[in-house]
Amino acid sequence: MTKKNTAIYNWIDERLGLSELAAFARHKTVPVHSQSFWYYWGGISLFLFLVQCFTGVLLLVYFRPGAEAYESVRQITFVMHFGWLIRSAHAWSASLMIFSIMVHMFSVYFMKAYRKPREFGWLSGMALLGIASVFGFSGYLLPMDELSYFATKVGLQIPAAIPFVGEAIANMLRGGPDVSEFTVQRFFALHVVVLPAIFLPLLGFHLWLVQRHGNAAPPCIEALPPEQRKSMPFMPNFLRKDLAMWLISLNILALLASFFPWSLGKQYDALAPAPVGIHPEWYFMSPFEMLKLLGMVKWLQGEPGEIAGILLFTLGITLWVLIPFYDNTRESGQRARAAHYFGLIAVILLLTTTVLGYWTIR
Amino acid sequence: MSESTNLLINGQPNLPVNIGEEPNEKNTRRAFLVAAGAAGLAYTAALAYPIYRYLASPEEMAMEATAVTEVTLKDAQKLPLGSVLMFKFGSSPALLIHHEDGRWISMTAVCTHLGCTVQYEPQADRIHCACHGGVYDPYTGANVSGPPPHPLKLYKVAVNETGVNVSRA
Repeated sequence: MTKKNTAIYNWIDERLGLSELAAFARHKTVPVHSQSFWYYWGGISLFLFLVQCFTGVLLLVYFRPGAEAYESVRQITFVMHFGWLIRSAHAWSASLMIFSIMVHMFSVYFMKAYRKPREFGWLSGMALLGIASVFGFSGYLLPMDELSYFATKVGLQIPAAIPFVGEAIANMLRGGPDVSEFTVQRFFALHVVVLPAIFLPLLGFHLWLVQRHGNAAPPCIEALPPEQRKSMPFMPNFLRKDLAMWLISLNILALLASFFPWSLGKQYDALAPAPVGIHPEWYFMSPFEMLKLLGMVKWLQGEPGEIAGILLFTLGITLWVLIPFYDNTRESGQRARAAHYFGLIAVILLLTTTVLGYWTIR
Repeated sequence: MSESTNLLINGQPNLPVNIGEEPNEKNTRRAFLVAAGAAGLAYTAALAYPIYRYLASPEEMAMEATAVTEVTLKDAQKLPLGSVLMFKFGSSPALLIHHEDGRWISMTAVCTHLGCTVQYEPQADRIHCACHGGVYDPYTGANVSGPPPHPLKLYKVAVNETGVNVSRA
C-alpha cells in the first residue's frame, strides 16, 4: 500500500473499524473432514437468493399486477429482448434455491448441527425455508395463466380446511371468494414487499449466528482429540471454494434457464376446466400426494381427510422444528438414534411421496 | 458464454509448457492471469448483454416508432375552424391546426428548448410552451420569443374526404 492509500484506509478504519473485521476474518476457520462438502449448501442458497433479488427487480421493471398481469408477463416473455431468459432464470433459480435450502437443512440435521449453542440457527433457518415456500407459492400466481390460477385455488384449500376460521383466512388471502385480479394484486404486495421485509432481517440474523458460532462439526469429528481435527482458514481458502460453487451454480442456472425456458400457459379463465395432468411444483408435490393418499382412506374421505392431513403435517413439522430441544445430548460422538431415524423417515417419506406423485400423474 | 470457454482453452496451453521451468515462471503466471482476466470479462459481458438489451427494449421500440414517415388521421377533416388536434407522430406528440382562414398546418409539438409539449392558443393565435414561456408562430413554426433556439418542424398535410394525411416534409 502506498502512503496515500494507507492514509485513506486509516481514515475509514478509525470510523468503521475495518481492522476488527479483517482480524475476525483472518481467524475464522472451517472444519475439514469427509463431510465438508455439505458446508457449501448454505452459501449456494444465499447465492441463489441474491439471483432471485436481482432477476426479481428486473421483472419488476415491466410487470403490472392486477387485471393486466397476464398481458405484462406475455410482454416480458415474448416482446422484451431476453425477457424470456430473465423470467426463466427467476423461476429456475427459485426451484434451485428451495432445493439447496433443503439439502442444507438435511445436512444440518444429520450432522446434528442444531445442538447447543446453535438452536437459533436451526429455528431461523426453518423460518427462512417456510418464508421461501410462501415466496414460491405467491410468485407462482403472478403470471395469471391457467396453472397459476388452479395452483392458487387448490393451495388455498389447505388454510380453508382449518375448522371454524379457515374460510375467513382463505377469503382474506384471496381478496374474495375466488382467485381473481384482486388475488394477484395482494400476492404481488406479499411477494415483493411483505415477504422480503421479513426474510431479509431474518437472513441477516441467520448469517450473523453462523459467524458467531462457526460451522458445526458432526459428532464423530467432535469426538476426536483436538490435534486430530483439521480445519482450513476461511480467508481465502474456503471463500475461494465457496465462490467457485457460486460460479458452478450460476452456470447450471444459465443452462437450465436457456435450454428449458419456463413456459407461459393460456390466460386464466374462471370458466375453463382444469387442464389434464395439472400438478403442483415439485417442492409441494409431497404434501399434495400425502393429502391425496389420506383422502383414499375410507373413513377419511372429504373434509376429515383434509383436516387429518393438516394435523399430521402440523405435528410432523412441529416435531421437526423442535428437534434441538429433545435431541440435545451434548456428549461427543454419541448419536441420538431416535432423531437419526426420524430424519431418515422424513427423507424417505418426502422422496417416496414425491416420486409417487409424479408417477400417478403420468 | 462460449467466448469465455474459448478464451480459457486458448489461454491454457501456455500453462503446462513452462511448468517447472523457473526462468519462465513469471511469464506463465502472467499469461494465466491475462487469460483468466479475459475469460472473466467475457463472462461478465455475456451476463450483462441480455440484461442491457432487456432494459433497453422500450427504447428500441420507440426508435422503431420514430421511423414512421406518415400518419393518417381518420375523420380529422371534420376538425372545426380555429381548433387543434393533438396526435402522436411516431412516438412524439404533434399538432394539427385548422386555422380560421381554412389553412391546415401540422408540426411537431415538442418544444425545441427543453422538450415540453407546446399548445396552440387560438385567442392569442400563437403556440405557447408553458414550461419556460417559449412562443412560436402557428403558421410557420418559427420561434418568435422566449428561450426556444429553433423553430418547430412542419409536416406536410393532405386533406381528403376520409381523413387527413400527415407526412414528413
